[in-house]
Amino acid sequence: MDEILLARLQFGVTSVYHFLFIPLTLGLSVLIAIMETIYVRTGNEMYKNMAKFWGKLFLVNFSMGVVTGIVQEFHFGMNWSEYSRFMGDIFGAPLALEALTAFFLESTFLGLWIFGWEKLSKKMHAATIWIVALAGNLSAFWILVANSFMQMPTGYVLQNGRAEMVDFVALLTNPYVAVQFPHTVAAGLVTGGVFVMAISAYHLLKNSSSSLFKTSFKIGVTCALISAFVVGGTGHMQAQFLAKAQPMKLASVEALWKTADPAPFSIYAAIDEKNGVNTTEVQVPGALSMMVYNKFAGEIKGIHDLQAEYSQKYGPGDYIPPVTTLFWSFRIMAGAGGWLIAIAALGALLAYTGILERQRRLVLYAALFTLPVPYIANSFGWIVAEMGRQPWIVFGLLKVEQAVSPTVPASSIMISLIGFTVIYAVLIVAAVYLMHKFAIESPVDTDVSSQDRPVKEATLWN
Amino acid sequence: MELNVLWFILITVLFTGFFFLEGFDYGVGMLMPFLGKNDIERRMIINTIGPVWDGNEVWMITAGGALFAAFPSVYATLFSGFYLALFIMLVGLIVRGVSFEFRSKDDHPMWRSTWDWMIFIGSMLPALLWGVAVTNLLQGVPINAKMHYIGTFFDLLSPYTVLGGVAFLTLFIFHGALFLSLKIEKGPLVERARNAALRFGVLAAVSCIALVVMTYSHTDLFKSAGAGIALWGAIAAFVISYLFTVRRRFGWAFVMSGLTVALTTIAFFWGLFPRFIVSSLNPEWSLTIYNASSTPYTLKIMTFAALTLVPVVLAYQIWTYWTFRKRVTARDLEY
Ligand code: HDD
Ligand code: HEM
Ligand code: HEM
Repeated sequence: MDEILLARLQFGVTSVYHFLFIPLTLGLSVLIAIMETIYVRTGNEMYKNMAKFWGKLFLVNFSMGVVTGIVQEFHFGMNWSEYSRFMGDIFGAPLALEALTAFFLESTFLGLWIFGWEKLSKKMHAATIWIVALAGNLSAFWILVANSFMQMPTGYVLQNGRAEMVDFVALLTNPYVAVQFPHTVAAGLVTGGVFVMAISAYHLLKNSSSSLFKTSFKIGVTCALISAFVVGGTGHMQAQFLAKAQPMKLASVEALWKTADPAPFSIYAAIDEKNGVNTTEVQVPGALSMMVYNKFAGEIKGIHDLQAEYSQKYGPGDYIPPVTTLFWSFRIMAGAGGWLIAIAALGALLAYTGILERQRRLVLYAALFTLPVPYIANSFGWIVAEMGRQPWIVFGLLKVEQAVSPTVPASSIMISLIGFTVIYAVLIVAAVYLMHKFAIESPVDTDVSSQDRPVKEATLWN
Repeated sequence: MELNVLWFILITVLFTGFFFLEGFDYGVGMLMPFLGKNDIERRMIINTIGPVWDGNEVWMITAGGALFAAFPSVYATLFSGFYLALFIMLVGLIVRGVSFEFRSKDDHPMWRSTWDWMIFIGSMLPALLWGVAVTNLLQGVPINAKMHYIGTFFDLLSPYTVLGGVAFLTLFIFHGALFLSLKIEKGPLVERARNAALRFGVLAAVSCIALVVMTYSHTDLFKSAGAGIALWGAIAAFVISYLFTVRRRFGWAFVMSGLTVALTTIAFFWGLFPRFIVSSLNPEWSLTIYNASSTPYTLKIMTFAALTLVPVVLAYQIWTYWTFRKRVTARDLEY
């Protein structure tokens, strides 16, 4: 039991750490690629400086993504050896393909991008960052294929005491991936967009005439706004899909103890998990049915009924995930989504129409302080996805307690848990220090007008 | 050919690529604080591997992923069994990875020297531990009938396996020093790299010969003629490499040190075949390419993927080395 708790904690901590950096990698790489492409097409040096300015921040972030990812790669063997034996036939393939198709491309071409400003032609150089961006998002696809199988197994048979793959295409076309992947990619773009928007806002607050940051702000705000809508839309689709794939997760996220038709959406609930009731609720009648079925009617199964159903299907046991955590995690994520749409819309009004010119400072401050919001949403989104799967590690097939490494003592897990946590904490301080330093630094050439000044070439690697 | 055998070969190829490429990366990382007498020199040294180290590291990640896909039980037993050793290695890789990125981004001397030492430690630990790990696989570790490792961390350390670690470590330093001699602007720094190669070459020679002797007495590697020949080939390549170093033919010396690393890796895997991890409790309980593998279906898909993708990866990585073929000069660092 102790081992399980520690192993879960370790996976949670290291995954959330990894995913603090990944969304920015996914989103910002695309934005930098766009900036550099504009530079190549127009020859306007400002866009080159822009790409380099954001590039420096990107690289610090990227290196953190890489080093936290290395742990993930071996983690399944270390703490979840029985899971690895059970799932290896299926899980290993996407993981190996991720390395072969995505990590190799990403790391090699990023090296070319960093060191290749003088050695490659302009077009070739811009192509390298596009490859980095595509490879990053491709890597997300593969890992989500793996994760989706855990959420909703497809294309397998149970044989020889393990899950064996019988249909690779079914693995790739798992309907769960079809909703999870767009949501994650959009979340990455939101994160990238907000990052650019917030830091540009900081510079505009300091020096409103910088055309580099005016343009950056516009790019960031546009990306954030569009992808925030996509995140909301795909999130909605995910919730609808959960009603079919994992009704228990949906019911827990909504703290819906009893089956209801039409089902209400709770804005607030005081949850008593022990007795399986909510002591206070603030509800919008019929709204949950609306979200799931697009009409104000339709049955949503409650936790108690599902518990009874699962006990019959899978044998006696506790099939209820931590309801309170899920309920609030989901609301934090969805609330963050609403906040992001609002702020990005205000920012876009300011940037494109100047309507809010008089409230300029207010809007810019709001944009600046939105910086942590996508990070919060990303972390809580994964808590919903992963904790909502409890007690299963592979839904319906393998429970978490059957998956843990049987011979690794709690003391070893403790040592590595503390070790990783402390090292990551120190590194994040260093990374934030560096990013802060570069974020507030003025880029080499802020204005197009200053082009005639002798340009001191900045190499990124120095 | 049987797919299980093919996959054993592919895993060997991945590890060979990994040790060849990361071998000199680790060597360069370990030598950097000593050979680089000032900040400019250190930056030059780092920039010799700057564009490529991450791509090289992915060889290890891919080897891990491929092991998971093709031989899940090996992946499960190895990494849960060698738990703390792997943890220490990961710590090394974590600090190493960020240090390359972080060190030059602030010019406070304390900041720089801290990350420089992290690069040193982060290069040394994996080099040492991979040597310990590979020799353990061959010597045998306590694995029970259920494929579970039932020893402790300290069971992994024996005279033979520690020697394995030292041999890998010194060989990688030698390999790395030769890479530097090839990649740095001609001058005093190249001389220092050459001296390091000559000195660590002696250490590598001593530890490798001891390793071969102990491999003979502690393992059954020489029962396989192919593995034996590969190991002797490695020694021959090493001697040739050393002679080229003495005569300042760094290109050839580097090719030969690479061949030494490659042949050593091949020898060890060949000696293991068809086993992956030898059980010291009962030979029947060893993990082999048959009892630890995925289904033929998965192996078939992965074969298709690997045989099409690995050549593509090799092509663009070679192109990267070609793009950065020029020696690194101090002028490149100016800004
Ligand atoms: C910027 C980040 C962000 C934002 C604003 C949102 N999400 Fe999200 N969400 C994620 C980032 C994220 C994520 C981190 O990317 C997750 C974790 C697993 C996944 O597929 O994406 C996720 C998971 C996730 C899940 C769980 C899926 C599962 O169990 O597999 C649901 C139901 C939603 N989201 C729904 C929404 C809704 C209705 C939102 C309203 C706007 C929303 N998300 C905003
Ligand atoms: C990078 C984004 C991810 C984050 C932030 C994340 C988060 C978490 C968290 C918080 C837990 C602990 C849940 C608990 O207490 O039970 C967990 C568990 C786990 N997750 Fe994820 N996860 C991520 C991606 C993945 C992916 C992509 C996979 C598989 C490919 C995965 C596999 C697992 C496993 C095996 C466990 C341990 C078993 C469990 O407790 O359920 N995770 N993850
Ligand atoms: C929990 C399971 C996961 C594992 C085993 C894993 C594995 C890894 C590894 C080994 C790396 C370092 C690669 C390198 O050295 O270049 C990495 C980086 C990265 N991962 Fe993860 N990851 C996981 C979750 C995720 C998720 C959920 C996403 C995206 C949605 C993701 C996207 C990325 C990206 C974009 C990078 C950085 C770029 C790179 O270095 O190639 N990972 N991951």
